[in-house]
Amino acid sequence: MIKKTCWIIIIAGLLSLESVFAAAKTTLVIGYAELESDPRYHNQKLYAGIEFKPRGRPWPGAEVGLRDSKIVGRALGVKFRLEKVSGENSAELASEINRLYKEQNVGFFIVDAPAETLVTVTKETHGKKLLLFNVSEPADELRESDCNSQLMHTIPSYAMLADGLAQYLVSKRWKDILLLEGILPSDHSLARAFRRAAKKFGLKITAEKEFILSNNPRQREQNNISLLTTHKSDVILIIDTDGEFGRYVPFQTVHPRPVIGTEGLVASSWHWAMERYGAPQLNQRFVKRAKRKMLDPDWAAWAAVKVIVESVLRTKSTNFKMVSGYLKSDKLTLDAYKGVPASFRSWNNQLRQPILLHTHNAVVDLAPLKGFLHPFQNLDTLGVASEISKCKLAE
Amino acid sequence: MKQFIVTSSLFFCCMLLTTVLVFAKGTGLIIVSNEKGNTLSVLDGKTNKLIKTIETCGRPRGMHFNLDKTIFYVACADSDQIAVYDVASMELVDRILDIEEPETFDLHPNGKMLYVSNEEDAMASFVNLETGEVVMQVEVGEEPEGVLVMHDGSIVFVTSETANMVHAIDTETGEVLADIIVGTRPRRLALTPDGKELWVSAELSGSVNIIDTTKLKVTEELLFRPQGFRKDEVTPVDIIITRDGKTAFVALGRANHVAVVDVASKKVKDYLLVGKRAWGLTLTSDERLLYVANGLSDDLTIIDVKKEKAVFSVSVGFVPYAILIDD
Repeated sequence: MIKKTCWIIIIAGLLSLESVFAAAKTTLVIGYAELESDPRYHNQKLYAGIEFKPRGRPWPGAEVGLRDSKIVGRALGVKFRLEKVSGENSAELASEINRLYKEQNVGFFIVDAPAETLVTVTKETHGKKLLLFNVSEPADELRESDCNSQLMHTIPSYAMLADGLAQYLVSKRWKDILLLEGILPSDHSLARAFRRAAKKFGLKITAEKEFILSNNPRQREQNNISLLTTHKSDVILIIDTDGEFGRYVPFQTVHPRPVIGTEGLVASSWHWAMERYGAPQLNQRFVKRAKRKMLDPDWAAWAAVKVIVESVLRTKSTNFKMVSGYLKSDKLTLDAYKGVPASFRSWNNQLRQPILLHTHNAVVDLAPLKGFLHPFQNLDTLGVASEISKCKLAE
Repeated sequence: MKQFIVTSSLFFCCMLLTTVLVFAKGTGLIIVSNEKGNTLSVLDGKTNKLIKTIETCGRPRGMHFNLDKTIFYVACADSDQIAVYDVASMELVDRILDIEEPETFDLHPNGKMLYVSNEEDAMASFVNLETGEVVMQVEVGEEPEGVLVMHDGSIVFVTSETANMVHAIDTETGEVLADIIVGTRPRRLALTPDGKELWVSAELSGSVNIIDTTKLKVTEELLFRPQGFRKDEVTPVDIIITRDGKTAFVALGRANHVAVVDVASKKVKDYLLVGKRAWGLTLTSDERLLYVANGLSDDLTIIDVKKEKAVFSVSVGFVPYAILIDD
């Protein structure tokens, strides 16, 4: 008799607990999608364990964004959760995203993938009530010919990075440039952006050379730094996204000239040595989580989570249409920890934001630099302007 | 004989009164915490000249006097402690250790408890000043900054810069009574003398939100638009309200101005040009002068309140944060 009563009490207790949970919170699931053999991480050269350019998958960035949002959840009665999916190739990744959309009604996906994968995924998810956030691919085409109303970008484009550095050169009056370009597709993309930026801001690339990584004396015109830098200019712009060659250029040039580009003075979305606007606090939270320094894609993944949470906060809703509508609107005021509120550009879904100009251990300045003006929004002096954008967003 | 007694007692009374007045007036010294210099700048209140620079603990920011202004506390985030100084001698007399990254704090009106924001732990700590022990920690949003206790000591308000909220916490139980959603990046707090309105600066919204302290809800938003500045160039930080509740001053950060607001009508009366990145504000006790800490020009601007004009500026240490005036 007593045993039965006990069971009744236990079951009653469990049931009441369940109803408490049911009443407590709605859960908003944010998808996180990554490509398993992503060439950008896998092809990373690590000769004898020497890391030329630090790289890391931005999952911890998203995790920090989620943790930052815990209290928002408390205030609204909404629980936020990250759900990770991956695929061996673009098609598989797209189907995983579609599965999560179908099974759990996930509307927001952070996607860490190269440009080709993003294009495939965008195509395969077209027309569904979801948004994809590009957090690691700066390719300009994704904001131009390959743009899409469902594809948002929190990481800046090559154009924005190049424009930031170009503004700095103008402010210093270092207008004459020697350009050294690598042979990788990412080198060509960044160099293309710099050529555009030079034209935009009135700089002159007075000489261009292609470098290769080699010791072959028959190729010395292309692998010897002295021979590559005989041309006299104000600055030497090195475009080596891989990093192995570029790190040797400073101090080995023929003329004593500052080296900028992928070495020396670099334009990035984020930096571990950023001192102002609350940045050290964010950097410290990230290091605690990831046990490494925060990089551009980490910041971009963090920002993607934050814009979603902020939009839920301000609309007080988890309804996809309401949240995505606010997210894309000019009402979005994201504290990007760079001093100026960030929001998305309506013509190409790119998050407008300040760009950091930094050395290996100091943030020298933030673009847009003082004096660079725009009719409505100074942040839009960085990146492709709405008037000349090739992006046509369908609704 | 009677006359003599009356006169002498009158004389003694006057003496006593004068003595009391002298003590109440304080040293007249101005103390400034320099966040990146790890120093305190001490200035003479009459001449506004720098008298000395005191080396203090790491990243000193928020400062407060105790009830009778005999000591003052300095929160040092990089040293995880609150330093305690004697006002008369300017000597370090004590440290409250093991306070995680304290940024700003406030004291309970009874002077026995201290409430501090722990910047990197998303916590607000209740510190017993008699024992130096942390007696309670309340979970708040990331990067808590501003802390302000209600006049009656019942509620302590804490801003969370990252969560865009003001938390109202019961000082007895530590219960979070309300998580009030405000503008973007809320920094500092100020109460009207009648305790009915709580003003919060939302740095990246370029505004101040006004919260009704009984309903614990935002009732109004004040926008600041000094001429020549765009919305995102106006970053309000510190707020101070006069004792008669009539005027509020708001430091506008990047806009390098201080706004003068008529509290009753909520209208901005004037914008006063100060130094670079006006962040901290303090009034003299006669409220004739307003001292402004300019974070990025390493100086203070002194405003004549009646004339509504900046009348003086003086160099202090590296990145000044808060100002205390012992008067």
